[in-house]
Amino acid sequence: MIKARGLARRFTTKAGPVDAVRGVDIDVAEGELVGFLGPNGAGKSTTLRMLTTLLRPTAGEALVAGHDLLTDPAGVRRNIGYVGQKPGAGLDQRVADELELQARFYGLSRHDARRKVAGLLERFDLTGLEQRGVGTLSGGQQRRLDLAMGMLHDPRLLFLDEPSTALDPQSRRNLWDHIRQLRADGVTVFLTTHYLDEADHLSDRLLVIDQGAIVAEGSPDELKHRVSGDLVVLGTPQAALVATKFADAAVDGEKVSFRIPNGDRALPSLLKDLDNIGVELHSVQVHRPTLDDVFLTMTGRSLREDSNAA
Amino acid sequence: MLRDTWLVFWRVMLPVLRNPVAVVFGIAQPLLYLGLFGPLLGEGGWQWFVPGLLVQMALFGTAYAGFSLLPEVRTGVMERLRVTPVSRVALLVGRVGKDVVLLVVQSLLIMLAAMLFGFRASAGQVLLGLGLVALLGVAIGSVSYAIALKVKLEYVFASVLSASIVPLMLLSGVLLPMSNGPQWLYWLSRVNPLAHVVDAERSIFNPGTVTYGLISVALLVVAGVLYGIRTFNRESA
Repeated sequence: MIKARGLARRFTTKAGPVDAVRGVDIDVAEGELVGFLGPNGAGKSTTLRMLTTLLRPTAGEALVAGHDLLTDPAGVRRNIGYVGQKPGAGLDQRVADELELQARFYGLSRHDARRKVAGLLERFDLTGLEQRGVGTLSGGQQRRLDLAMGMLHDPRLLFLDEPSTALDPQSRRNLWDHIRQLRADGVTVFLTTHYLDEADHLSDRLLVIDQGAIVAEGSPDELKHRVSGDLVVLGTPQAALVATKFADAAVDGEKVSFRIPNGDRALPSLLKDLDNIGVELHSVQVHRPTLDDVFLTMTGRSLREDSNAA
Repeated sequence: MLRDTWLVFWRVMLPVLRNPVAVVFGIAQPLLYLGLFGPLLGEGGWQWFVPGLLVQMALFGTAYAGFSLLPEVRTGVMERLRVTPVSRVALLVGRVGKDVVLLVVQSLLIMLAAMLFGFRASAGQVLLGLGLVALLGVAIGSVSYAIALKVKLEYVFASVLSASIVPLMLLSGVLLPMSNGPQWLYWLSRVNPLAHVVDAERSIFNPGTVTYGLISVALLVVAGVLYGIRTFNRESA
């Protein structure tokens, strides 16, 4: 569905050229739900804007939904759906009008557009809101309206840019359900996010981008396996002694932490060994690796800190 | 592309049709000029003043049109539309079409109101007068949207507007004849294409030639629309 090679974008600023995206290769197969994960400013949106014809790449090429991005942007537009980061419906418009006109922008007749809109209103829980002004909708309702507008022409490939930003937890869950349903219907979904839980829960496969380059790729589980083992944290007065038993152990007061593969299974015998050499323990914790650990391992920085700072 | 233009036009027309009172409020200012300034010009002043007032409406009515684009650029509306296959030209021309339709309706209302004061015009003159005003509206509206898309910020757009509209209007002879002033001011007004449009609009309702005004407005339309289309094709909103 997507095949991009060396896609790059350089912006010219007063301070000199800035390489927002430094030549990325992206392959997305039909029916996949791919998450594009990275901190703010990593180049996620710039890449997405290039793939959706909003921004011309300064280098590279791409085939999107069977059409060449550079020579046939109109063909790409006809075959993709796009839901941007910011609300896409006019605040002075009515829900039904925006939906119907959006369908007609894709070439549907008025009659077909109305029929299509009726179906989508139900599918995205917007029934009863047809005559409401867009400005009176809640954040979650507006987001579902955006999603409905992106799906009016039944695209086989849908791009979502930070879909759950600024939504309350309940609306986020609801949105995730809708996105999962789209994948179940066979739609290929490519979404950007800087939320770890969103990337983790939704994606079949993740592309991790940092400073304009893709630094890791794989399913969330595969990526987590690359971080060598689970994090074990033991509370003990003999922290220094325990630390000598494990490679790369870190001591913090009466806490010692280290990584071991399959921590949950290794722990019972490990604790027995420690007991045998007379170590006294008052707490034990095992943490599975998170995507943040993956990012930390790949880049030496935490994704969480970056996204909070923005 | 005609279909796309119609759809874009219709989309921006819908909120206006739901709230048509705003169109009437839109003529409050020219009505005030008509009632509180027009009488100062004395007997026979109407034939001279009303055409100028129409050009002033075209200038102010469409120059500010770009403001309606800014919220749609700031939210994701323009972006959403630009990912659809809809023609980029239609995204501009459809919007300009709405402003020109409103301008024509408002100009007609003003002419009818002026007739109560003593303005005289045949149906043919009214049609020609509206046509010229509409052309000017197309030119200025296109430029307004293009500039709005470029500057993107309300306060920048507002200062660009006031810096350009006020001199254009003062040097067009809308309010008083430019020939009353000193030579240098008169010649300055001659390089203002709008002054020729004002002259032409006056010549429609009085004896005189419309040639220079028509040439001016034709050039303005071509330049304005080309600039607008180029900007809409290029600019990432």
